[in-house]
Amino acid sequence: MPHSFDPDARVEDLLARVAGGDHDAFTGVYDALSGSVMGLACRILRDVAQAEEVTQEVMIEVWRTADRYSPERGTAKAWVLTVAHRRAVDRVRSAQAGSAREHRTVTLEPQRPFDEVAEIVQDHDEQRRLHRCLTALARQERVPLMLAYYQGLTYLEVADALSTPEGTVKSRMRAGLRRLRACLEADA
Amino acid sequence: MTPEEDRHLAVGAYVLYALPPAEESAFENHLAGCEQCRREAADLLRATARLGASVQNVPVTPQARARTLQAVAHTRQDRVPHRSRAPSHRVLRFALAASIAAAAVLGGIAVRQHVEADDARTRAALAEQQARTAGAAITEVLTAPDATVHSASLTGGTAAAVVVSLDEARAVFAAYGLPALTGGKVYELWYAAEAGDVRPAGLVAGSAPNGSHVLKGSPADAVAVGITVEPAGGSPQPTTEPLGVIPLDV
Repeated sequence: MPHSFDPDARVEDLLARVAGGDHDAFTGVYDALSGSVMGLACRILRDVAQAEEVTQEVMIEVWRTADRYSPERGTAKAWVLTVAHRRAVDRVRSAQAGSAREHRTVTLEPQRPFDEVAEIVQDHDEQRRLHRCLTALARQERVPLMLAYYQGLTYLEVADALSTPEGTVKSRMRAGLRRLRACLEADA
Repeated sequence: MTPEEDRHLAVGAYVLYALPPAEESAFENHLAGCEQCRREAADLLRATARLGASVQNVPVTPQARARTLQAVAHTRQDRVPHRSRAPSHRVLRFALAASIAAAAVLGGIAVRQHVEADDARTRAALAEQQARTAGAAITEVLTAPDATVHSASLTGGTAAAVVVSLDEARAVFAAYGLPALTGGKVYELWYAAEAGDVRPAGLVAGSAPNGSHVLKGSPADAVAVGITVEPAGGSPQPTTEPLGVIPLDV
């Protein structure tokens, strides 16, 4: 489809133009990132229709708030996926809101892999590296990260689900992320 | 482990968006006063984003794409709001005092309960809103390129300052020398709008009031920040004489 922008333009540059109200640049950002947003939303929500709604919300938020993105904070994709993660998790939580969420007892869905490393795609070097680094983590540090990030559980819910003290889960989330970050950087 | 170290442990859960809203607000207050913690949060957030980037892409349908582009064509972007000149200190003090009088007139228990119920709803909505927009917005108030600092002396000579970032739609309050309060009383912060409306902008623990605190809600329409002493749990409107009012001059 025709665009009035350079097809090789970096998403970061397009996003800078979106901040100035450029609709063509937004189309470029949409085409570059909507598949990743939709993928993450599908993974968290496990429901295509809801994931589609969340993807629309996220991309509209990107349009509205593009001027808050600054390249020092990381890539445009990382920024957009952070927005997407929060929106998708908000949706998971509001769907569960009816059932007294404050201290919801979590029943892990049996059909859903408990430890989802196997679901990490390994098409690109970057994804293979993440897979390697996640596998290198101790299971007790990896599982809380996976449950929180991909299923939207709070650390209290993770503690419930794993029958582990709440403070321990909090510490393991931090320790696991630090180790993951060190591994990703050492490997880079 | 000190309470401070204990609080910092939450940084992992924070970047995973896995703190319940109340703990998230508390952690953000901690972040606002700790540069090292903000750096750690930013570093861990980058690792977290890799979890999102590793997921299989799912193409959107052409219909969904058309719907979104259509919606965006009719959606206004958030802009840094234009702020008119802040009214004088005296006017603001009057605005806060007037709202105290209004609260006194509304003194009947039924009315009060109604106000409190409204306030509870407002707070729940605010907490939810804060949870939604957290991460990106708050950690950067103090380092935002457009941050402005507004300082003033409070009653008793306490130095106080408010840092405002309209880009981040957030403000941070900091004070040194605020006396500790007893009996569960708290310091409550208020945003005052030009029209004289005063709205709650968050509570500061009376037992340990000094340091930095992220205000609840956006400073976009505020022309001043006020601080009062309130009973435990805070009040929907000020019930005591303000300790001070910090004008947010442009």
